[in-house]
Amino acid sequence: MTADIATQAQQETVTFTVNGKTMQGRRGDSLLKVLLHEGYDIPHLCYHEAVTAYGSCRLCLVEVKKGRKTKVTTSCNYPLMDGIEVTTNSEKIRKHRKVVFELLLAQVPNSPELQSMAAQYGVTDTRFEKKYQDCILCGLCERVCREVVGVNALGFMGRGVEKDVGAPFKQPSKTCIGCGACVYVCPVNCIKEEQLPTKRTIVRWERNLPMQTCKRCGYPFAPTYQLLQMQKQTGLPWEFFELCPDCRDVKD
Amino acid sequence: MSEIQTTVDSIVDQYQADPTGLLSVLQDIQAKMNYLPQEALERVSERMKVPMPRVAGLATFYSAFSLKPRGRRVINVCMGTACHVRGAPLILDTLERKLGIGIDETTSDGEFTLLKVGCLGACALGPIVEVNGEIFGQMTVTKADKLPDKLLKEDRGGTEK
Ligand code: SF4
Ligand code: SF4
Ligand code: FES
Ligand code: FES
Repeated sequence: MTADIATQAQQETVTFTVNGKTMQGRRGDSLLKVLLHEGYDIPHLCYHEAVTAYGSCRLCLVEVKKGRKTKVTTSCNYPLMDGIEVTTNSEKIRKHRKVVFELLLAQVPNSPELQSMAAQYGVTDTRFEKKYQDCILCGLCERVCREVVGVNALGFMGRGVEKDVGAPFKQPSKTCIGCGACVYVCPVNCIKEEQLPTKRTIVRWERNLPMQTCKRCGYPFAPTYQLLQMQKQTGLPWEFFELCPDCRDVKD
Repeated sequence: MSEIQTTVDSIVDQYQADPTGLLSVLQDIQAKMNYLPQEALERVSERMKVPMPRVAGLATFYSAFSLKPRGRRVINVCMGTACHVRGAPLILDTLERKLGIGIDETTSDGEFTLLKVGCLGACALGPIVEVNGEIFGQMTVTKADKLPDKLLKEDRGGTEK
């Protein structure tokens, strides 16, 4: 029995090299995740540890040698496997990355976040026609809302040059709970949130959410819909959510 | 229950509301109603337990689907590379003028919708126009100009027989 678990663990562990250095990791893990944990500086915009890799920004390129074949590939959605030889910063990679930065800058020329990131890699302008969008279609908002928050308020609409991320039918969202997770995760900061005492607005999804005021101290601490979702997920009684986190701890 | 909901329900039931049949359900609704009304998509989402963004995402991804009512005949003008170099833009231009509508629009009598498509896979016959599954090859401006009338006449001939 114990022997079984030992062999299983062995099968799970793979050995590979990064820039010539030998390393071990778990089979199937995201290569980018491992590289970031090891401290390698790999640019990435559409990856977040909390959600499934999607491979859309194309910035996390690395070279992977497997057997006799070497290829340039995105690392976020590359599963770790035995014997691969990874190169993270070759001349070729730097060249490709620069082009990707130029393409992203053409799509979204005015994002300070993107500009400063591109500048770190020596890209300050783009040769491509500027589209003046504010979203890079990385899909992080959609995945976070679906996989982490569990609300599924967003999706990709349309295709090709008309592809867009948002609520269905380009209408104000009817299901967003105003948790702000997408606001936080958006790499180019194009989802804005406005907070008033009585309501929160997620501007991009045109969603207005009334705030729940704490029954004890009167502080408007969270959107009511967010609390309802939390209640649904935790099964705790509603009375628990009528108090703000601070007042919940106070014993009378 | 609205008429749209009843229609959707009968289609959804044919697939036992199995979410893997989503695409087929949308195809059937498109075939039956000539478009995908928002109300229908909302009903699909509810009945099949597929989140609305997913349903809307599929419905807006495939060109076979339309969120606006389409005409009885959908005229697809091939704008693929081969047809393009053989004059497809002229054909499209002719049809736009003849019908008085632009791409993705429908004539007010509901007879025609004009669309452009990528390669239809019969480049040797280009420039090509496809109408409800029927192919019209080697189009010329003159043929394009006569096409709508010809289609209307053919249909009338068909019913008289
Ligand atoms: S704020 Fe709304 S859209 Fe954004 S993650 Fe939360 S529920 Fe989803
Ligand atoms: S809104 Fe932000 S998070 Fe969402 S796809 Fe666009 S860039 Fe990515
Ligand atoms: S992080 Fe890998 S493609 Fe965006
Ligand atoms: S380009 Fe028109 S059929 Fe191929």
